[in-house]
Amino acid sequence: MAKKTIALAGQPNSGKSTVFNSLTGAKQFVANYPGVTVDKMMGWYKQNGEDVEVIDLPGTYSLTSYSPEERVTRDVLLCEPISAVVNVIDAANLKRSLYLTLQLLEMEIPLILDLNMMDVAEKLGVSIDIPGLSRELGAPVVTTAITQGRGREDLLQAIADMSQSGVRASLAVCELYPDLKGALDDLEVLLSREESLKGAFPISWLAVKLMEGDPAVATLLRGKAKESASVLARAEEWRAQFEREKGVRADIYVSGQRSRRAAAIAKRFAVKKESAKAPLSERIDRAVCNKFFGPVFLLFVIYGFYYLSFVQGYNLTHYTWPVLAGIRSFAERILPQPGLIDMPIVREFVLWIVDNLNALFNYIPIFFILFALIAVLEDSGYMPRIAFVLDRILSRFGLHGQSTLPMILGGVVLGGCAVPAVMAAKGIPDEKSKLATILTLPMLNCQAKLPLYFLLIGIYFNETVRLPLLGNVNQQAIVIVFIQTISLLFVLPIAKILSMTVLKHKETAPFIMEMPPYHIPTLRGVLGRAVERIWLYVRKITTVVAAVAVILFVLLRFPGLSPERKAHYEAEKDRAVRSFLDKAKGKKLGAGLKSEKDVLNLILYQQGYRELLKSGASAEKKKAYGLTNSDFFEIIQNRKDSEAKALEKELKKLIVFRTNALTAIRKERIDNSLLGKAGRALEPISRYAGFNWRVNVAVLSTLAAKENSVSTLGALYIRETGDGESKNADTLEQRMKRQEEDLTPLHAMALMLFMVLCPPCLPTIMAIRVQTGSTKWMLFAFFVPLILGLLAAVLVFSGGSALGLTGFKAMWIFYLIPLALTILLGLIKTKRTY
Amino acid sequence: MNEATLADLAPGESGQIMEIEGRGILAQRLVDMGLYPGVTAKVVRRAPLGDPIEVDAEGTFVNLRHEEARFVKVKKL
Repeated sequence: MAKKTIALAGQPNSGKSTVFNSLTGAKQFVANYPGVTVDKMMGWYKQNGEDVEVIDLPGTYSLTSYSPEERVTRDVLLCEPISAVVNVIDAANLKRSLYLTLQLLEMEIPLILDLNMMDVAEKLGVSIDIPGLSRELGAPVVTTAITQGRGREDLLQAIADMSQSGVRASLAVCELYPDLKGALDDLEVLLSREESLKGAFPISWLAVKLMEGDPAVATLLRGKAKESASVLARAEEWRAQFEREKGVRADIYVSGQRSRRAAAIAKRFAVKKESAKAPLSERIDRAVCNKFFGPVFLLFVIYGFYYLSFVQGYNLTHYTWPVLAGIRSFAERILPQPGLIDMPIVREFVLWIVDNLNALFNYIPIFFILFALIAVLEDSGYMPRIAFVLDRILSRFGLHGQSTLPMILGGVVLGGCAVPAVMAAKGIPDEKSKLATILTLPMLNCQAKLPLYFLLIGIYFNETVRLPLLGNVNQQAIVIVFIQTISLLFVLPIAKILSMTVLKHKETAPFIMEMPPYHIPTLRGVLGRAVERIWLYVRKITTVVAAVAVILFVLLRFPGLSPERKAHYEAEKDRAVRSFLDKAKGKKLGAGLKSEKDVLNLILYQQGYRELLKSGASAEKKKAYGLTNSDFFEIIQNRKDSEAKALEKELKKLIVFRTNALTAIRKERIDNSLLGKAGRALEPISRYAGFNWRVNVAVLSTLAAKENSVSTLGALYIRETGDGESKNADTLEQRMKRQEEDLTPLHAMALMLFMVLCPPCLPTIMAIRVQTGSTKWMLFAFFVPLILGLLAAVLVFSGGSALGLTGFKAMWIFYLIPLALTILLGLIKTKRTY
Repeated sequence: MNEATLADLAPGESGQIMEIEGRGILAQRLVDMGLYPGVTAKVVRRAPLGDPIEVDAEGTFVNLRHEEARFVKVKKL
């Protein structure tokens, strides 16, 4: 038997998602509707041994063809075989909700009304005549308070009954639109002559849509009906005539009639206790949207957001990291063991992938808190208030009041991540500002760009300078403020320029937003959504990161060392091993040390012991470890025995040799690798931006994840081989400074500016691809920041060098350019036309 | 005649909606949000920077820019 399919329809804020979650539980998945970027939420449940598939339609106020959400909703309702449609309604706001209900009824579908949030309605003193309402609309009505767990069974029963009976709703449209009676009757006659439409589409609905001038229905007719041209022409005539006679456009009349009818029905069947006081939400808004207190409150919320997710979330990673580290050491144990100076490629490869994924998984606690907080903002109803307070500024730059949240996530407050930011931009209803937001988000300072800034600032901007007004200050603080604010000064004008140029002809939507009443979010709802989004993030991003990691591995590794260099390292290794074995010969503790393999085992044994100590193991555990090889144990931990001490000293020397050899080989391999070659090949161009080839390689490696910049630089500025342990203790900062005496603060400034504008990392690129549904925009989001970043770096470096500026001075002068641009572009008003 | 639009009303002032100008999506969204001829709309407040405005359309609270409010013709009450 075919599977039954039901659909949930409703307005935004009607509690539709909670109903969906309650029906399907965890059994849901997200797909995409063909051709548009609207998520198709699907789920299923079992009833009486039968699978029921549930489609959660997007929340819409209306069923026109103006927005992709509405078109999708209509298409599903018209074209898919659905045995019941549940219209989820906010019982506390019947008047508004019935506006959509009437449109659903016009479509002649098997409709069930679910008056949800009955608890809220009851609290507000609303009582509804359910049988009366059901009779009036000709459709079954059930009441639920899903968040309280009330009414779920009734709803399931109603769905089962409806699927059995299959009674389709009907609405006398001529009664609803009396002034259109003549026109509708005439069009219905014409339409019912079309064989292809009969039974497939509700004829009176088509007639109403024709009178509304719905472009999608016109297209449908052109595709299906034989006499489409004459039908459309007739509809056009009727519309013109109506407007002439009544002085109002037919579409406005139709929508207005629905609203009036909805209000009349609500008035008749829902009795509300009148209260003299303004609604509670309105009283809250007096403070929250207040001229002075509103912005202060918003700042407080933004700070709380940042603090809880990026500060506290980061602290949480201290607890989750050991788990990830545990996975890595497990992998280390089961993989082929390393040799003295040669690493099995399988081992290197798997550990590389694990490290890359771990870097990503490490963000999960942060993202979890982020997603939960977003859910709180969404459920509470504060989101439209944010848009209300900030829209004026953002809309000046082609963005939208609702760009605020994505921008916070992206790192307006130092530290963020572009991936959830791009995902959050989905909610912006205006296509043009949505694209402008998505394309500029990666220019904010994400968490992963910070390590490079801190590294460079620590090396090159660490002097105390005397500034007017501020007195003596360390450059560090000022450069951090500069880097932070300049990202916003890039984002605003670039967004504006984009919306004036490439995005000029993109669809815009008017800014008309409902201010829904505040709700207290439920723990279940918030956690459920956070888990759902984390899961989505993990699934979508891990595959990309793993794929990129594989490619980078190849690029960083091949073609590898030449045979001569390999032989060179082999010879050095043999010499070191031989010298160690000579020292061990004849010693009592050295009895088990005969070959290279034994030496390697000793080294690994010592490493294992070190790890044991690091993990804070108990005395018994240490003792047990000692028993596995008592001679080795003596060598590495007996401080009193002179023989053991001598051998340990030799062992340490050998370990230092090994570490140095491994890093030297790694460095040489990167130098020789395809990525290294690419870095060198780019040097003639990147020179103008002050980047040497090592920096080029680091920049290329940031494509996988921005964190890579510092770790790649770490690998390239490798410890020099040879003299002892003191050098090993050097930090990367010290090594960079020593090896690159020719690099100046000006170089560093150019590199930091490039990093601000740097092309998005691949997970972000993928998120952009998913959100825009377009490869073209994905490529745009990659190349435009790349070019801008290079331009900025060249300007600072070449310009600064020509004028003989220090990095610090160049920073001040450069700052003026985006600042002036921001102010200038902010002054340009762009009028929209409808 | 007091030819005014919703954008001309000061916070606290009300008007009866006479006509929705503009075409397509703009007009549709206004009506969707309960702003249609015959309804009494009251400007509740302006945003801290003056724009957008919040309107109470017989119990539905709507937030819209001046740019959109210009298309709603009202008779001042």
